[in-house]
Amino acid sequence: MTALLSVQGLSVSFSTYGRTVEVLKAVSLEVPQGAQVALVGESGSGKSVTMKVIMGLLAQPPARIHAGRIMFDGRDLLTLPERERVALRGTAMSMVFQDPMSSLNPVWTIEDQLTTILKYADRRLGRDRDRRGRRARVIEVLAQVRMRDPERVAQSFPIMLSGGMRQRVLIAMALLSEPRLLIADEPGTALDVTTQAQILKLLRDLVETQGLALLMITHNLGVVRETSNYVYVMNKGEIVEEGPTAGLFAAPRQQYTRDLIAAVPRLTGRVTS
Amino acid sequence: MSELAALSNSYQNWYRFSRNPTAVIGLLIVVLSLLAALLAPYITPFPDHVGAIVDFRNRHQPPSLEHWFGTDNVGRDILTRVIFGLRVSLMLAFVVLVIAVPFGTAMGLLAGYFGGWTEIVIMRLTDIALALPPLIMALAVAAVLEPSLMNAMLAIASLWWTWHTRLVYSMVRQIRALEYVEAAETLGASKTHILFREILPNCVSAIAVKTSLDAGFVILIGASLSFLGLGIQPPTPDLGTMVSDGASFLPDYWWESLLPGTAILFVALGFNLLGDGLRDLFDVEDVR
Amino acid sequence: MTVALEIRDLVKTYPVRNAFGRVSGEVRAVDGVSFTIPSGGVYGLAGESGSGKSTIARMIMGLTAPDSGDILIDGTSILGTRDRARVQMVFQNPGASLNPRRTVGQSIMVPLVAHRQSGDHTGRIGDLLDMVHLPRHFTDRYPHELSGGQKQRVAIARALAVSPRLLVLDEPTSALDVSVQAKVIDLLEELGRRLGLTYLFISHDLSLMRNFAQTVGVLYLGKIVETGPADQVFERPEHDYTRLLLASVPVISAEEAAMRPVIPLINGEMPTAKDLMALRAGLNAKETAR
Repeated sequence: MTALLSVQGLSVSFSTYGRTVEVLKAVSLEVPQGAQVALVGESGSGKSVTMKVIMGLLAQPPARIHAGRIMFDGRDLLTLPERERVALRGTAMSMVFQDPMSSLNPVWTIEDQLTTILKYADRRLGRDRDRRGRRARVIEVLAQVRMRDPERVAQSFPIMLSGGMRQRVLIAMALLSEPRLLIADEPGTALDVTTQAQILKLLRDLVETQGLALLMITHNLGVVRETSNYVYVMNKGEIVEEGPTAGLFAAPRQQYTRDLIAAVPRLTGRVTS
Repeated sequence: MSELAALSNSYQNWYRFSRNPTAVIGLLIVVLSLLAALLAPYITPFPDHVGAIVDFRNRHQPPSLEHWFGTDNVGRDILTRVIFGLRVSLMLAFVVLVIAVPFGTAMGLLAGYFGGWTEIVIMRLTDIALALPPLIMALAVAAVLEPSLMNAMLAIASLWWTWHTRLVYSMVRQIRALEYVEAAETLGASKTHILFREILPNCVSAIAVKTSLDAGFVILIGASLSFLGLGIQPPTPDLGTMVSDGASFLPDYWWESLLPGTAILFVALGFNLLGDGLRDLFDVEDVR
Repeated sequence: MTVALEIRDLVKTYPVRNAFGRVSGEVRAVDGVSFTIPSGGVYGLAGESGSGKSTIARMIMGLTAPDSGDILIDGTSILGTRDRARVQMVFQNPGASLNPRRTVGQSIMVPLVAHRQSGDHTGRIGDLLDMVHLPRHFTDRYPHELSGGQKQRVAIARALAVSPRLLVLDEPTSALDVSVQAKVIDLLEELGRRLGLTYLFISHDLSLMRNFAQTVGVLYLGKIVETGPADQVFERPEHDYTRLLLASVPVISAEEAAMRPVIPLINGEMPTAKDLMALRAGLNAKETAR
């Protein structure tokens, strides 16, 4: 069974101030159908760049993709014509953004923002839905993300909602057009730990009930363990290790992974390093 | 990407600045104008034509190899007079800014940092001054005092500082809330230190941009005032006066009015492009 | 055992303004908080946003004045005094707490000049950089030329410049990568031992707190809801909020997962603190009614 998403040998360089830096070096990873995969790395490891390339959000120049393929559903995203690439975004493959505070337009209601997104997604998918149909779908999705009063939330402005609720709205935004792959960019890092726990559980449950594939981008190893069953470890633009989550944490093979795991403080209180 | 961070700030700034063609052009124009103004007596072909020289045989000559910008109605070389006129314009802009910028900045710092009555008094004063149009004020001052260009420029300086106050005030209010200012306060730094060593250096880029754009504006205002008759006494050359004098001879002896006018345009444009270039440079820096 | 820092019944309220600027109520950011830190000890203040932990730090540093209550260092009240040589702070975001236009040396010099310390400043700056394991030539570097961990070391060096007794650490490693975090914590532990420092460690990272703090206070909506030795609070939490916090921490090993309390789900998901307390209040009401 071919993977839903398959990144093969992706190499990206970045030029600025007259110098060129290799930010990704032959990165390869796979997300099978319905799997929960994590891409973990510290700052500067290249995980954000990888995510941007997959979503087609990387500005070239100053970046340059000079090798590799990104296979989604058997087609190479990098060679797709722009229109088809854009049609995929937000439909079959969608992203949950990191910062709930700045990812929502403050002057539009939630309903306005979500119905507009849905309108354009429908257009790209060639689906016909009228205004009432769109509104109904928005309410449906808000209920899926466990909003207690979806109607009221739809009528609200972002500023009236708490951080946790806004993050749920971002998840709802990603679910609108029934994607097959959900890419979550450090979800909940801007939130309190109790709220983050709620969001992570919500993501886990959604992925299970809807059979979505999840690619989780994070720097937090604890989040990896809670949300994924396969993990890729990135450092300085390369994948240094990969494997099933439990196995990797129990017996890391590479020194970098070992050091990374050793540096995480334990709730049980053992000495840090 | 830490190897990029190691590049010094000045290198990064120069690199970005030099990639912006209009900014570099602006810088070139400003530097050329300043050099020309400084070296005026040495580079002009007829340096004595700024004095009371008349040469009626050579009046109203069109631009030629001998007189690149032609001659005026009493036979004086226009190129020489334009360069000396540039000197006057730049000097007056300098006078206005050297008064307005430090004073305005100081007022903005005080109002922004101390708040309370200081803020209220200074900002209301600023509001009043900003409501008065500079050109009209200058004319009004000329009507009351002796109508000289210096008096007019002083009148403008007395209103100009308020723009800088407003700019610095809003910057100080933003910077005051930043963590490194709080850190300095907890470390026990004196208020003077915080104002001049922590907050002010972070305002410098905005002040530099505004000053550069101001220079262009002030030169235009100075030229407008002398066009209206408040100019320096003849025979000392002044760009605005030259435009005005030459206007009566349009369109036959077009060079007498148009070429000094072009010089004004040139220098004001240079400062504007430089200011825009600086602003583009510093905007990206702040976003970073 | 001497007490380095004592907080007594600290209260701070902020007015709540409606859209027109009218005061419509007040919020008690800090609602009667008391705790003590013994000399050389490490006290961890755990809380989420809105708990009041930052307000407490600001009051200790003299950036805000409390409405009532007292703050004592070595037995003397520091309210209303300007002398801050005995307590210093390390801020959360090292990129923001260092002035981008000042070199490392100039930033460290600020407290030295402010407290009018005589003697050779260059030498002292060099000594401080040695103490935080940074090379001496970093004196001439600008913050943007340093990594996050290096910047935080500079901030620590700066805080130690006037030899304080007590350091308030406000989320000192939250903005750093986990591998750098471990080294900075090690540095803080080493300095604490060598210089006999007392630490007030404020953080939302419970795993970190378990490993660094000796005594822990859990802050919720301006009140300390539970306090005690770290081992006790983490392994036998009594208050619902503490239990909720512990249950929410994402952990990387099975044994940590096993020690976490089990929280009843409400509507299929983890409850918020408010819901959990309401549930408890409801149960208590049923108990008393019986």
